[in-house]
Amino acid sequence: MSLRRFLHGLPGVDQVGVEQRAAGLATRSIKKASKLQAIDTAIGLVDLTTLEGADTVGKVRSLCAKARRPDPERPDVPRVAAVCVYPDMVATAAAATAGSGIDIASVATAFPSGRSTREIKLADTRFAVESGATEVDMVIDRGAFLSGQYGRVFDEIVAVREACGQAHLKVILETGELVTYDNVRRASWLALLAGGDFIKTSTGKVSPAATLPVTHVMLQAVRDWHTQTGEHRGVKPAGGIRNTKDAIRYLVAVNEVAGPDWLTSKLFRFGASSLLNDLLMQRRAQLEGHYSGPDYVTVD
Amino acid sequence: MWEYAPAPENRDIANLKPSYRMFLDGEFVEGAGEPLKTVNPATEEVLAEVSTADKNDVDRAVKAARRAYDRVWGKMPGAERAKYIYRIARMIAERARELAVLESLDNGKPIKESRDVDVPTASAHFFYHAGWADKLGYAGLGPDPRPLGVAGQVIPWNFPLLMAAWKIAPALACGNTVVLKPAETTPLTALVLAEIIQQAELPPGVVNILPGAGDVGAELVSHAGVDKVAFTGSTDVGKLIQRSLAGKGKKVTLELGGKAANVVFDDAPLDQAVEGIVNGIFFNQGHVCCAGSRLLVQESVADELIEKLHARVSTLRIGDPLDKNTDVGAINSREQLTKITELVESGESEGAEKWVSPCPLPDKGFFFAPTVFSGVSQAMRIAREEIFGPVLSVLTFRTPDEAIAKANNTPYGLSAGIWTEKGSRILWAANKLRAGVVWANTFNRFDPTAPFGGYQESGFGREGGRTGLEAYLDV
Repeated sequence: MSLRRFLHGLPGVDQVGVEQRAAGLATRSIKKASKLQAIDTAIGLVDLTTLEGADTVGKVRSLCAKARRPDPERPDVPRVAAVCVYPDMVATAAAATAGSGIDIASVATAFPSGRSTREIKLADTRFAVESGATEVDMVIDRGAFLSGQYGRVFDEIVAVREACGQAHLKVILETGELVTYDNVRRASWLALLAGGDFIKTSTGKVSPAATLPVTHVMLQAVRDWHTQTGEHRGVKPAGGIRNTKDAIRYLVAVNEVAGPDWLTSKLFRFGASSLLNDLLMQRRAQLEGHYSGPDYVTVD
Repeated sequence: MWEYAPAPENRDIANLKPSYRMFLDGEFVEGAGEPLKTVNPATEEVLAEVSTADKNDVDRAVKAARRAYDRVWGKMPGAERAKYIYRIARMIAERARELAVLESLDNGKPIKESRDVDVPTASAHFFYHAGWADKLGYAGLGPDPRPLGVAGQVIPWNFPLLMAAWKIAPALACGNTVVLKPAETTPLTALVLAEIIQQAELPPGVVNILPGAGDVGAELVSHAGVDKVAFTGSTDVGKLIQRSLAGKGKKVTLELGGKAANVVFDDAPLDQAVEGIVNGIFFNQGHVCCAGSRLLVQESVADELIEKLHARVSTLRIGDPLDKNTDVGAINSREQLTKITELVESGESEGAEKWVSPCPLPDKGFFFAPTVFSGVSQAMRIAREEIFGPVLSVLTFRTPDEAIAKANNTPYGLSAGIWTEKGSRILWAANKLRAGVVWANTFNRFDPTAPFGGYQESGFGREGGRTGLEAYLDV
């Protein structure tokens, strides 16, 4: 009951205002050295992701090779932050990235819908962690959230948190199903209170996935959490961020809404797959002065 | 640390010329007044020399406007007038980049504002009023409203092109002809607008643009051949104009100063309220007559809001107006900078708590760091006088009634803002606030369809929207 009072007592989010602010910040013009720096930063923040029914051991190994050396011809390109796979692919990914320092993120808890029993969700989580996942991307029970059963959502996050052991926990809010910014703010605080290390926008399976204004609201939540507790928590927009221009807009939002402290893979990630190659193409264009095209980056 | 590299807009786009001449009876001619030098306030360099009008030039311009009114414009069917006005609107849009860069050079405002606000809104005003030209009989102002004749218009330096559009577009749509005086420190975009008007083939004399200082404006508004006076500027000058026109039978609208209250209730969407406060007072360096220069915040959320506000203002980027990432540009003139500095000193000596943005300022040019005073009381000068700069005074209140009483406790009454998630409170407060424009959960939103104007010492008459047409019609 008090949890509900707290969440409903958070200041509202004015839709027009937050969208206007997000659109305004998106006009920042990032050029030259600051663009190159943004590209390298963004590469280091990518959770390189494959979450398909058609995933195979071969696909995951190839993804991991890409994660270790995003641009084989340019060894100075930073490696990505993590690879993100389904639990049954964690062992493969762990073996393929061993010694690289790349984190293995696994989705869990009946991803993407979250529609199963608590036991199965916890078992899913334990399986991922036991297979070598260092990060768990769980989904919240949106049905429970939308029907106002905040306690249930909270307890589930706490239980998953416990099942994670040492692994970092990212809590996927699936903002495309929460719809309102007020809900996004409440779900963000709920996840932070329950111990999530990161709050993440989306599974990538629901449209809309990540948007700039939603990410603004979540960045405000971790900023305010830090103001009140002194603790840093992270944000991960996922889904729909496909090119460098978009990625830079997100970095500007991180820099100016949460603050420059958040521009680290400990506190900000991109959940993406095709973004990486666009970043690499733009990186080459910056360094070489001309654009080479998609045939000059590896498709993995 | 991630520093944004400079991203300056190319100043060559402004197509700056070494000298500009006044626009009279369809021609660019030398004025007989002392030429003025217009300065880039961000660098203090002279941009161009501009010829100015003398008394005789004003007389010629008013006579040209009268001729154009009698012979062509006054009797032209509205649908025909609309074609010219549409053409001006389109040509402004076509030359938007040029106008934006020139505006930022001459005025000091950031390019993102001239590019995204001033120029598109100026174009929108012409588009909007072009649509009215053949529908004036349906504006609810009587079946056959008539134009007034020659309009003498004097505009300020804070939105040079946009204010020219606000004045010229409705005057032309209603069938009047115009003699307009741009501000002394910012004449350039109005003269490019004159070029557009010439290229749009408006009949000679329909619009005349005469640069000059206050004496040219005084000459213009008191000229016997002017039927309608429209002035936007300071309350002091507005009073002078009204005094000089008493008993002359001219129709007058005055849009003057303000000391707007932005009222934040405890149930407000706080993050967006912070944005609205920042936009309200730091937009255009606070050189906005409707700026939200007084923040009234409910005491129960005051500390939280002020903390968020300081953090947000710290992220504002102050500097080169042509840099696309600049949020706050240059103060328009040394004179204005001196005035702001003097008022800020009074705030300190009267005991308000001053907080200044840590953002570094350029070495050259007229810059003033965004400043927030908290612990301000109604008795202080910074709570009563218009500062017209990036300076916010924060006051607190305990109850809604107290908020309204404090918000209305000013001789001005141009605009106000209300921040609350409660719809009923918005309606209640909007009814109680004595201000011409009341924004709810937003601030400084302008649209040609919305009437704008003030109460009391903020002036009278409305500009924009259906209501704004009345100022240019005999109804």
